[in-house]
Amino acid sequence: MARIIVMTSGKGGVGKTTSAASFATGFALRGHRTVVIDFDVGLRNLDLVMGCERRVVFDFINVINGEAKLHQALIKDKRVDNLSILPTSQTRDKEALTRDGVERVLAQLKDEFDVVICDSPAGIEKGALMALYFADEAVIVTNPEVSSVRDSDRILGMLAAKSRRAELELEPVREHLLLTRYDTARVERGEMLTVEDVLEILAIPLLGVVPESQSVLRASNIGQPVILDDKSNAGQAYADAVGRFLGEQIEHRFVKPERRGLFDRLLGRPA
Amino acid sequence: MRIFDFFRSSPPPPSPAKQAKERLQIVMAHERGGRCGPDFLPSLQRELLAVIGKYVDIDANKVEVKLDRGSDVSTLEVNVELPTPLKPAAAEAPAAAECFDLQRRTARG
Repeated sequence: MARIIVMTSGKGGVGKTTSAASFATGFALRGHRTVVIDFDVGLRNLDLVMGCERRVVFDFINVINGEAKLHQALIKDKRVDNLSILPTSQTRDKEALTRDGVERVLAQLKDEFDVVICDSPAGIEKGALMALYFADEAVIVTNPEVSSVRDSDRILGMLAAKSRRAELELEPVREHLLLTRYDTARVERGEMLTVEDVLEILAIPLLGVVPESQSVLRASNIGQPVILDDKSNAGQAYADAVGRFLGEQIEHRFVKPERRGLFDRLLGRPA
Repeated sequence: MRIFDFFRSSPPPPSPAKQAKERLQIVMAHERGGRCGPDFLPSLQRELLAVIGKYVDIDANKVEVKLDRGSDVSTLEVNVELPTPLKPAAAEAPAAAECFDLQRRTARG
């Protein structure tokens, strides 16, 4: 039975789509048949981040409305086997996401895939609610910054009250914290919340820490999930996080400032 | 730098990250209250401040509220810096004014 995972955060711009793209790619690289769905109706971007924007013909909403078959809308990734993308509509709005429609599409996907990743829109309205409603697990993408932490807490409240698992009083949605844009140098200077601070406040298990990295923008510029850039520390952090999600014991990296050589320090080079 | 701290009259302000954490803990304790059962701490805090404010002019910037949440015990620490001249209206409630005055004197040692 497939696992449904939602990438959510409440706040926008914290890295949900970047994380959804990298997680989906990471699962597929490990041999899991994976599909990643864009729930941000009207503001579709997963296709751009995944680099398949020119291959979109039909979308999630077309499938919900019966205007296309699921297989006409699914886009197979060209770089990684076992990976498909279900883009959303750029012209419709969130009201097009009906609970029955989403449930029908998810049921069909669950038969064909091992992992279904739902890339949530920002906010706490219909789109975000639909993305988290059917989830078995949730990855809460958070930046070490006050508004992001507060919004993540709000989303945790929604998972505990408004998800299908909550409504049917099933086992609660499993929550994982993914702390992104972490800057150890600023943490060191007392300018940024520490991992421990965020963990203490949100009180959910830590899945991974993704360092602030120029490779993230570089990756989205060329439409390639950053996890495929295995030389970058952000890419490595995502690969670690996927491993942990699958139950592997992997020590957290990028939490402490890297030791720099004397030469780098003299030249003022970042770690 | 540490050695110069010794000569400072007041301790240095907490780091921005520390302030962020404290502000978050307070605002979220308040917001979670409505969600997971009764949580009286935020309203207790508001009412305490209202009561003190009734007798003494308190500068909102000189009120420090700390909330420590533990598994067994949660503590609410309210530090209110009182102004030097007490409000003349405090005469209506002499007992309370004296009480604060006494505390101020004790605090100064």
